[in-house]
Amino acid sequence: MVNIKNYLRLNKLPHIWCPGCGNGTVVRALITAIDKLGFKKDEIVVFTGIGCSARTNAILDFNTIQTTHGRTLAFATGFKLMRPEMKVIVITGDGDGAAIGGNHLIHAARRNVDITTILINNSIYGMTGGQYSPLSPQGAYATTAPYGNIEPPFDICELVKAAGATFVGRGTVYHIHLTIDLITKALSHKGFSFVEVISQCPVGYGRRNNMRSPYEMLLWQKEHAIMVKQADKYSKEDLKDKFLIGELWVNHERTEFMDSYNALVKRLSEGMKGGEV
Amino acid sequence: MGDKNRIMFIQGNEAIAEAAIIAGARFFAGYPITPATEIAEVLAYRMPQVGGVFIQMEDEIASIAAVIGASMAGFKAMTATSGPGFTLMQENIGYAIMVEAPCVVVDVQRGGPSTGLPTLPAQGDVMQSRWGTHGDHPIVVLSPATVQEAFDLTIKAFNISELVRNPVILLTDAVVGHLREKMIITDEGEIEIINRRETKLPPEQYKPCKGGVDFVPDYARPGTGYRYHVTSNVHDEEGFPATYSHKAADELIKRLHKKIDYYRDKLTYYKSYYAEDADVLIITYGCTARSAKDAVKILRDKGVKAGLLQLQTIWPFPYDVVEGYAKKAKLVVVPEMNMGQLIGEIERAIKREALGVNRADGKMISPAEIVGAIKGVLKDG
Repeated sequence: MVNIKNYLRLNKLPHIWCPGCGNGTVVRALITAIDKLGFKKDEIVVFTGIGCSARTNAILDFNTIQTTHGRTLAFATGFKLMRPEMKVIVITGDGDGAAIGGNHLIHAARRNVDITTILINNSIYGMTGGQYSPLSPQGAYATTAPYGNIEPPFDICELVKAAGATFVGRGTVYHIHLTIDLITKALSHKGFSFVEVISQCPVGYGRRNNMRSPYEMLLWQKEHAIMVKQADKYSKEDLKDKFLIGELWVNHERTEFMDSYNALVKRLSEGMKGGEV
Repeated sequence: MGDKNRIMFIQGNEAIAEAAIIAGARFFAGYPITPATEIAEVLAYRMPQVGGVFIQMEDEIASIAAVIGASMAGFKAMTATSGPGFTLMQENIGYAIMVEAPCVVVDVQRGGPSTGLPTLPAQGDVMQSRWGTHGDHPIVVLSPATVQEAFDLTIKAFNISELVRNPVILLTDAVVGHLREKMIITDEGEIEIINRRETKLPPEQYKPCKGGVDFVPDYARPGTGYRYHVTSNVHDEEGFPATYSHKAADELIKRLHKKIDYYRDKLTYYKSYYAEDADVLIITYGCTARSAKDAVKILRDKGVKAGLLQLQTIWPFPYDVVEGYAKKAKLVVVPEMNMGQLIGEIERAIKREALGVNRADGKMISPAEIVGAIKGVLKDG
């Protein structure tokens, strides 16, 4: 068993999340993965943006940097390119990462920078009080969707995969061992890796959508998740209101950004030795 | 002039890129925009040659964010843009101020507002450079009038930014950016380069946001045992959010201002030309100073005791310098390629009205226009 406390800034506890929030479980999954891989604390830098997901890093005993809303991956890119020896982890939310940060997310994936992004998807803007996000289901209620959300959501994993990410997985807070496994694989993957974790927000989301308790929300995750490996056993109709979990996409063909950059620098230095500039 | 001096015929934007490398910049992130793009183009070529990183980001917001990321990683970093791009960067410039991440932002001004006059010069970002980001923040803004000054002030911009751990804006314009003229790079070994002051304290005693005697905190490189938290929320000396502490908010905001005040002498630059005995003192900055200098020559030939005070540091505004030079002048004239932005600050310094000579149509103000405006007033008087 991993000693979770060993990785926390205990003097920064208690955290500020509501009872029943899934964020703490995701933090535990991340710590477990890091412990499994044997990374040193000083090798790691955790970046976050704004919102409930962003408050994960103040309690983590690593180098931790909270940035502006949605821009986290751009900050992390600048950091990673100058310090490629460090493990750069980005924790974001569905509002932070898929709305205001959507452009940076697809471009980080396209560049295949060696960053691991964990997107905690609780279907809602929690910290500002329960507004709908680009990942809120159609028909869901939110403070800014009092008559039900009319917008269709992204499949964020499909989006990031199409943009060029080389590892994509989806877990849930309920399927915690799968989530730990996906984060472990993402952290060991070289290139842009992305893990969506379906989480619960009983206060901002569940309360308005007939799931008042965390238990009901976890049950919803259990009942709506289908392991990707078993997906072909289901008909299209069966899969309609379900989502796939597991390792969704791995690509070892694409070159990581810094590898491409270093190859360019090497080509240049060899050319310069020959008298060319 | 020593043997190691290099004489070049070079564009203002190229001079800025070259100066950045000499100052020690090893990271550039940018997004193409006229009339700033040559800075990115030169650095795309130069950065890999010196072991640095160049990256073209998806927009200006990402560019400044990446620059701040590189700065927090311990490197000197720069971006360059123009009016509308500068507007997009403002939120993260505020972030850099709050987390004390030094960086240099070049704004090659063009006509505005909005997309304005994409390829024509202006000086309309004087107030944006000062107050573009929200909140009560300090800023340092330098403005060159020649290619040589573009080079020299870029190096100063990096030095100041590392010294005070604050972004420095190099406020240039399409004229200086695209102009080609003679420039001398003095022996690189003799150029003063300032690097960030690193902590000597062990990790358990280190407080990342505690100012030193100069109110500037010492830096600790991430990954070296100093595991601190960075946030742009109001924070305490340890760097953790202290939103509900009015005391922490008060101390932090005041300290951010105090560090700039502490180094005021080291970051105030200006040039004077026949200004000591001037009856008519022209005060201006950037490309307009070139026309103003000619206007002084014309007026002196006609027997008018005119002089020029060219401000190279426009923020923090050098009230004392302006007040001192303007004391004996009967008339103070402020030509600007905007509808009157710095003139307000000048009037605050001299405590009387100044004569503005303004245009915002993308054309430079000519020496004749300045002379004409002055002669008109002198006749009336």
